[in-house]
Amino acid sequence: MKMTKRTLLAVAALACVAGAAHAQDALKIGLIGTYSGPYADYGRQFDAGVALYLKEHGNKIAGRPVEVIKKDTAGPAPDAAKRIAQELVVRDKVQILTGLDFSPNAYAVAAVATQAKIPTVVMNASSSAITTSSPYVARLSFTVQQVSDPMARWMLRNGTKEAYVVVADYASGTDSLTAFKKAFEGGGGKVVGELRTPMNNPDFSAYVQRIKDAKPQSVFFFFPSGVMPPAFLKVWKERGMDEAGIKLYATGEATDDSYLDATGDVALGLVTSHHYSYAHPSAKNQKFVKDFEAQFGTGLRPSYFAVTAYDAMAAIDLALKKTGGNADGDKVMDALKGLAFESPRGPIEIDAATRDIVQTVYIRKTEKVNGKLVNVEFDKFDRVKDPAKEAK
Amino acid sequence: MGIVLFDGVAYGMLLFLMAVGLSITMGLMNFVNLAHGSFAVVGGYAAAVLMNRLGVPYGLALVAAFVAAALLGAVLEVVFYRRLYRAHPLDQVLLSIGVVFVSIAVLTYFFGPTMLPFHLPPALQGQFSFAGVELGRYRLFLIVCGVATLVLLLQLMNRTRYGAMVRAAVDNQRVAGGTGIHVQRLFFLTFSLGCGLAGLGGALSLGMLGLEPSFPLKYLVYFLIVVCVGGAGTVTGPFIAALLVGVVDVAGKYYLPEAGVFLIYVFMIGMLLLRPNGIVPKKGLA
Amino acid sequence: MKAITLSPGQLRAAEIAFWLLLAASYFIAPNHLTLLSQILIFGLFAVALDMALGYAGILTVGHAAFFGAGAYTAGLLAKHGWGEPFSGLLAALVVAGVLGYLLSYLIVRGADLTRLMITIGVCVLLAELANRLSGITGGTDGLQGMEVKPVLGLFAFDLFGKTAFVYAFAVVLAMFLLVRLVLRSPFGLALRGIHDNRKRMLAIGAPVEARLRMAYAFSAAVAGVAGALLAQTTQFVGIESIGFNRSAEILIILVLGGTGRLYGGLVGAIVYMLVHDGFADMNPEYWMFWLGIFLIAAVMLGRGGIMGALSRRIRTREQAR
Repeated sequence: MKMTKRTLLAVAALACVAGAAHAQDALKIGLIGTYSGPYADYGRQFDAGVALYLKEHGNKIAGRPVEVIKKDTAGPAPDAAKRIAQELVVRDKVQILTGLDFSPNAYAVAAVATQAKIPTVVMNASSSAITTSSPYVARLSFTVQQVSDPMARWMLRNGTKEAYVVVADYASGTDSLTAFKKAFEGGGGKVVGELRTPMNNPDFSAYVQRIKDAKPQSVFFFFPSGVMPPAFLKVWKERGMDEAGIKLYATGEATDDSYLDATGDVALGLVTSHHYSYAHPSAKNQKFVKDFEAQFGTGLRPSYFAVTAYDAMAAIDLALKKTGGNADGDKVMDALKGLAFESPRGPIEIDAATRDIVQTVYIRKTEKVNGKLVNVEFDKFDRVKDPAKEAK
Repeated sequence: MGIVLFDGVAYGMLLFLMAVGLSITMGLMNFVNLAHGSFAVVGGYAAAVLMNRLGVPYGLALVAAFVAAALLGAVLEVVFYRRLYRAHPLDQVLLSIGVVFVSIAVLTYFFGPTMLPFHLPPALQGQFSFAGVELGRYRLFLIVCGVATLVLLLQLMNRTRYGAMVRAAVDNQRVAGGTGIHVQRLFFLTFSLGCGLAGLGGALSLGMLGLEPSFPLKYLVYFLIVVCVGGAGTVTGPFIAALLVGVVDVAGKYYLPEAGVFLIYVFMIGMLLLRPNGIVPKKGLA
Repeated sequence: MKAITLSPGQLRAAEIAFWLLLAASYFIAPNHLTLLSQILIFGLFAVALDMALGYAGILTVGHAAFFGAGAYTAGLLAKHGWGEPFSGLLAALVVAGVLGYLLSYLIVRGADLTRLMITIGVCVLLAELANRLSGITGGTDGLQGMEVKPVLGLFAFDLFGKTAFVYAFAVVLAMFLLVRLVLRSPFGLALRGIHDNRKRMLAIGAPVEARLRMAYAFSAAVAGVAGALLAQTTQFVGIESIGFNRSAEILIILVLGGTGRLYGGLVGAIVYMLVHDGFADMNPEYWMFWLGIFLIAAVMLGRGGIMGALSRRIRTREQAR
């Protein structure tokens, strides 16, 4: 018998169910994430979001007890992800697949979703074409294009006429560059320079110096959340770029709540665009953050990973309530389409046509509130859809 | 142009500081220690924790980083490494990879998988003007440290009795043992020294690189490049190689950003084809 | 512990039993077929690496370059209309082999350490190339849209991994037998000689460099087939197939299994992947700790990997293998 890691809550839930009136089978959900290696934070956040939702709802989804089976891919590993998805479907007989923090993993699993007709709810992967790669995939997170496009529009609205774009040289970086350029140039702006940096780049001095020499009005950058944004910001501050009058903008990956504390004061004043901020002032988010801290302590701050995991469970719950507890693939996908509800980030909706997320993208500034660095929202774009699909 | 050169030299100095320990251990003991980065990151964590939680000043934290990494190196040398000096290099590789895996898991357990915050002391932040050019303070500090380390190590190797013993053992271990040099103790001391240097380098890198548990695997390739291009077993070889790597990398990214990561690897391959035994080849090394 | 002595006949029986047991897992462990397919594929990759590393003595941590080249070849063929599996394998073999031969000119000179760094450098460069050409390769998102036709026109790749397993098993067995044939041929013996004592081989007039190049090219070709197998059975090519991490992982697998021994790669893959999977299931966050301990223990308890340990326990009545 294969030993799999299950949440203690789920096991307890099973015990409770033994005395239930109608013997409802446990709803098995396969959670494919990264629990080890440099990106282990992602799995950790997924778990936290899922656990919080289950705790709030008595470990039941649409009246059925829940069993979450989590598996590690140790980062971007599409062959492992596909194998794990197959094993979850065939061996553990899960009814729903979720998790999926990296786009290659999501693409690989999408094929399994199609073959097995298993509803798959993406909790993070942000490549635009993921939802088109299988009719059994719905996304609750965001796409890189979806958060880059509004930044360009906001910059134009704010009077910025030229921008120098810096992205990390990988698929998401290209996505960001494409979306930004299209929106910025489409709105009359001028992209005066482009830089693609390698992923594992220790020293940004050459790039920042190049930008300094070009003297653009503003710079927009996209790096994956982690060690790259702080390294870039350190060099930016060290070189006195703000004093030189060059404005800096980025997507919210640069000020990811998980890393913001560690990034430190170099992030102060940075204007970013993203779909979730820990400091979002809605009542729902206040409650979410409070419950999160109560359960996990103050050491771990909920980032957009945890919120999306929470929302994914909510979406599954609402969809299954619509289907009356029936986890049949086609029925669940139909129920997911057009689903709209309130998330800690704001109002969200699953587009009926594309099964992709429609949400508010906020423009925020990094400020110190009560001694802690947070992203304070001060502007927004409502009901933003993924621009890549809109264009078609 | 001047700034690019300065930046490149500073980056090179950082690479030198982190990799010089590996050159010494690889050259002296012919031990392929791929876990070298683990000692660097232990030094980094030691310094960060001392500065963040105990308010220890930066200079003292650097010393503590050296000591912590050296101690860890000493312990591991006695328990594991010394049994494998005569082993096949691949067995050494397997051991050091095992050590890396364990170190990553342990650090993740205690500090979490995300980055640890670190703030440079105010004295090292920002820039200052020199001959009309804006130079970063932290980078200048790196250059100073690098040159100082080079000078100190050269003094150690060339002017002390310990250094003479090391050089003898590097040239011909058997004969050196025959003349009464306690080779085992020499290895122990030198391995600890190499690890201590790694720890110091790791602590110094905090101002530029992010501190996270997977550091050893991420930067391993850079250490290997510096050591192999420079010539394992020497101190000046890696120094020159690190300078070249730093300058080529930074200048390359400045003048030819489209080349990206290609430049440094093509440079490395070119250098290795030109000088297969390193810039400063060690005598007697195949 | 006293060593057990086996006759050549018993040894052959043990080999056949090994393969039969692997084949039987189709029936014994029907829910683990995908894992077993991947174990077989990485086993083949490790055996290919062994040709270069264990037999020809070329220290390389860049073999994923060929694995990835094979994977992308098969992947691109399947994506652009040519989905027949066996010809995809053949194409991968040719592409990877040619690439290996071209690169062999770089690696036959220089000391161990320089060769190591050159192989790493080439691997990283190829990976970066795959990233740059993301329009063709899919970049970091991976190559999707592969349509692999049913094997022999009859057996489609199914969700349970049944077809994939049988296909992978057949190909791996065939390639393994081919590798064995080559290593037991005069060419293989020459390689062994070069590894043992290069100077002496030069002295007897053996064309050392040419032999090493052929060995490297052949090793690359087999690695390419392994890569193509992975691509075809998963119908996806991730950029991780061609990166440094994969090269390092396969080196660990081979060293664990034992270099210079025919079954080292296979045994290493079986043990490493099962142990990794087992630890990851038990403890998704910290499996690396246990795996690291396992590797350290493996080295401290015995040299030469698992096969090395076995060879100390089990003697054959034959002179040399």
